[in-house]
Amino acid sequence: MLKNRIIPCLDVKNGRVVKGINFVDLQDAGDPVEQAKIYSDGGADEICFLDITASNENRDTIYDVVEKTSKKCFVPLTVGGGIRSVDDINKLLNCGADKVSINTAAVQNSEVVVESSKKFGSQCIVVAIDAKKNNDKWEIFTHGGRNNTGIDAIEFASKMESRGAGELLVTSMDRDGTQAGYDIELMSKISSKVNIPVIASGGVGNLDHLVDGIKLGNASAVLAASIFHYGKHSVKEAKEYLDSKGIPVRI
Amino acid sequence: MNVTIVDYNSGNISSVINSFKEVAKDKVNIEVTSDLNKVKSSDKVVLPGQGSFKSCVDALYNFNGLVDTLNEFAISNKKPILGICVGLQMFADIGYEEIETKGLGWISGKVSKINNQNGKYKLPHIGWNEINITKNSKIFKGIENKSHMYFVHSYEFVPEDKNVISATTDYSSNIVCSVERENIFGTQFHPEKSDKIGLKIIDNFINL
Repeated sequence: MLKNRIIPCLDVKNGRVVKGINFVDLQDAGDPVEQAKIYSDGGADEICFLDITASNENRDTIYDVVEKTSKKCFVPLTVGGGIRSVDDINKLLNCGADKVSINTAAVQNSEVVVESSKKFGSQCIVVAIDAKKNNDKWEIFTHGGRNNTGIDAIEFASKMESRGAGELLVTSMDRDGTQAGYDIELMSKISSKVNIPVIASGGVGNLDHLVDGIKLGNASAVLAASIFHYGKHSVKEAKEYLDSKGIPVRI
Repeated sequence: MNVTIVDYNSGNISSVINSFKEVAKDKVNIEVTSDLNKVKSSDKVVLPGQGSFKSCVDALYNFNGLVDTLNEFAISNKKPILGICVGLQMFADIGYEEIETKGLGWISGKVSKINNQNGKYKLPHIGWNEINITKNSKIFKGIENKSHMYFVHSYEFVPEDKNVISATTDYSSNIVCSVERENIFGTQFHPEKSDKIGLKIIDNFINL
């Protein structure tokens, strides 16, 4: 039986972890490689890096991070943030990323998704959808949630599937950072619309939220950042909790 | 000992390279090449593959003499070869992804789309699934039945001779996920992404 995945996400800026696990025995709390290793040793099903480096001159730092991490972690590694072209994707994959997550570029020009999924295979192309509720629909935001495009998120999800995306990473901008739980309605609407796996993101504050994302939101995988940081919960605890709720997980 | 990972532009193989180097340490030399002489002289060969069946077969034929060299290596000389994902699928006679495409024909059978019961199951089949070990394959030495492996695929290999199957996994149907016939080994899952247990399979292959 296929297991639901738990994916811890690390925000990386200028090659350093911005928020992360705050363990006393960490030699360097800002080192993404060391943090990723802790997650993978703890049973993370995948690791996600979100590069939030703002300045162009520091953009290359992520390549070094990915290269080092892929030599230490032998679970799938997804990298997102600032990916603009097929060439960017190629570079990340060559450094050892297994998947890339494309957000703004996919919205601005869906040919990037078509071209990259043809070139590298759909399995490594994740389209990240950042959506915010506006009356009775959800609209796509780009540029790290700053620009409202007015595009309907659910229709866009379907479009991305047809363009060749292998998975969708759906983040609710309303919930992100609130710790109030995933936007279940958004997740389940997109999940029932498309035939590719949906990864739920944005808003996890406790372990029940992970359960809801899978049971109510029909997500194949759940991504979370802050509950795993600062040692609030370990990935192992999360898995044991999901297991106790009857959700199939890899333990 | 030399283990060659065949680099034939089959997509992203850096994870395969990293995992083999991690397991090999300094004991075994890992080559990443499409050089025919290096393939010929190596002790073991790894055939990775990402993307579609057609794109991988096309990429393989793009290297002049590579298919002949692999045939000689695996069929005539019976040296150990491990196919991963589409690398395994290419062992088949024929694949149906994009358009009907001839495979290497090493293990009779076809590669067809997973029956996802009219959308009841998501495709690709992505994530960790348990394997049911059905025969005592050499690459499963020390691997417990029902171990979790990482999968990502929409097509499955259906061999004619069921005796070649060494493991299956349950999704929308029972899917063949590992084969072994004499010196030919293949996994549909990605040992290079299956954590310590996956590295153990790589170690078993290196130590054959």
